[in-house]
Amino acid sequence: MSAVLLSVEDLYVRFRTYAGLVHAVNGISFEIQKGEVFGLVGETGCGKSVTSLALLRLIPPPGEIEAKRINLGGDDLLSLDEAQMQRVRGKRIAMVFQDPTAGLNPVFSINDQITIIIRHHEGLRKGKAEDLAKETLAAVGLPSPAEIMKMYPHELSGGMQQRVMIAMALSSGAELLIADEPTTALDVTIQAQILTMLIKLRETHGLSILLITHNLGVVAQTCDRVGILYAGSLIEVGNTIDVFQHMKHPYTRAMLAAVPQAESRGQRLVDIPGSVPSGLNPLPGCAYHPRCPHVMDICQVEKPSLQVVGEGHTVACFLHIPSGDREAYN
Amino acid sequence: MKEPLVEVKGLTKHFEIRKGLFGRRSTVVQALDRVNLSIECGKTVGVVGESGCGKTTLGRCIMCLIPSTAGEIWVAGENVLALSAKELRDRRQHMQMVFQNPYSSLNPRLSVHNLVAEPLITHAKVRGEELTERVLELLQKVGMHEEHLYRYPHEFSGGQLQRIAVARALALNPKLLVLDEPTSALDVSVQASILNLLQELQEEANLTYLFISHDLSIVEYLSDHIAVMYLGRIVEIGSAEDIFTNPQHPYTEALLSSTPNVDPLKRKQPIVLEGNLPSPAAPPPGCYFHTRCPKAFDLCHQVEPQMIDLGSGHQAACHLLDEDKIAG
Repeated sequence: MSAVLLSVEDLYVRFRTYAGLVHAVNGISFEIQKGEVFGLVGETGCGKSVTSLALLRLIPPPGEIEAKRINLGGDDLLSLDEAQMQRVRGKRIAMVFQDPTAGLNPVFSINDQITIIIRHHEGLRKGKAEDLAKETLAAVGLPSPAEIMKMYPHELSGGMQQRVMIAMALSSGAELLIADEPTTALDVTIQAQILTMLIKLRETHGLSILLITHNLGVVAQTCDRVGILYAGSLIEVGNTIDVFQHMKHPYTRAMLAAVPQAESRGQRLVDIPGSVPSGLNPLPGCAYHPRCPHVMDICQVEKPSLQVVGEGHTVACFLHIPSGDREAYN
Repeated sequence: MKEPLVEVKGLTKHFEIRKGLFGRRSTVVQALDRVNLSIECGKTVGVVGESGCGKTTLGRCIMCLIPSTAGEIWVAGENVLALSAKELRDRRQHMQMVFQNPYSSLNPRLSVHNLVAEPLITHAKVRGEELTERVLELLQKVGMHEEHLYRYPHEFSGGQLQRIAVARALALNPKLLVLDEPTSALDVSVQASILNLLQELQEEANLTYLFISHDLSIVEYLSDHIAVMYLGRIVEIGSAEDIFTNPQHPYTEALLSSTPNVDPLKRKQPIVLEGNLPSPAAPPPGCYFHTRCPKAFDLCHQVEPQMIDLGSGHQAACHLLDEDKIAG
């Protein structure tokens, strides 16, 4: 059993808006082991990106973060002051976003953008910082790093820009890389390049990766463990194989059945009736109950918590709580 | 073999880019290069490829939304490129298109009623109560209700908007529907409902689809025939089964192996292609794919491969399939 790198307990993120309190993340808890690739999956608006921003305490007002604990390698991120937090961002937890064109500044060369980070975090001089930058650019598989350093973002393709973003994230020796839809804007052949490289980096750099995506195929191919988010709550967590092969939650089952595959040719795909409830008026009970084919009375009143159904496999659904225990459920 | 509804012969499309002082220097971007494609009535042909391979341009050329540089497009026995503007306007009733992003393809200032009614007013000259009835009928066909009739696009979700876009495309009972990435802006559960709807409508009205997508799993699920494009050329074409179980072109193989499968037990080492797509403004000589092809040899750098027939409509353009050339 490897060591826990990040543990999140009871994380809530809310936004105070004129329309009322929006509940974006509703008490989620998960752990990421050292050297693990953990996938966070869900549809639009389920709170994936907000969760990742909350880990870095990057939720601006009117957003509020509340959690029992966000622990990174023994340090409680919630108790750090802003200056200490600044040393965590980019140094210990690095982040890669969906759109590399938006992440890179168009008026500075790659050299300027990558060395400023290294000099800030590592306190190196210019020449040393440039050497380290070239090294990381080579590590993410960019040919002729010296040439790339002189270029500006518009001279690079989308795939190369994303590699530069990952190099920037790695340059200060981060322990945890949060990759928020890192390949969504890229073509499949380039996506394969980037994912293969990320997996390689995990081995060479001992990196842990939190991979946020809506693409179930990407998760199945790359993640060790996966958490399924629905309306700001984790509804199923487990090994990728357990969750994809022996899924317990009706939402996980429906979402996987909605993916078109060769085997389903000529058959109707499963579509989930209704839509995701708004965070403005959270439903009582299980957030999935209006769309669930197995809904029971208790689902409309009580919110199920994650229950262990197998080794390292937890699910939040009353179907997996024996009926006798449901009465006593609290 | 049934008579094809659409037959594209040698379709070429060049975009001119003017550069330099007063645009005196011009470069040509080859978006489509001698594309041949035929679509049988009532069938679905899927077009796949990466961004910039010309798949959207192909759809737009077939719809005559942009002028083609050379070639012929036969739809229901007529070369639509040779028609006058007036005749073309009339033929447009039989061919409709659904675009990728419903947020931008539907006018935000028109109510759902007016959006769907527009083709009926211009082409079918329907007015008054009959118009409202027809609109309602179309909306019900795509799973929308009477209460949606006088709402505006911003009141709907992406999936509902795409349904409205499909209803509008169906208003004039077209024979051909060009679907340009109709589900790529949608979540998977919503995507499933749109794909189900498209299949139901096809069965009901014997519609013919040209389905453009970068997502191979959707194309495999939906299409009868598949064309794989690379830099404006079709590199492989055949039945869905042939393409997916027996791909012959190295690019098709790489594309298939790069598509992530949702089964974690079937983890595979993707054939990772080195480098990026070359610019269509300066395509490499010979086979366009040789710069990234793991199997390229001398001939590929010099000579453009021709389409080789592999039987039962399966064709691929690769020198490796021509045994004489490998031997020589």
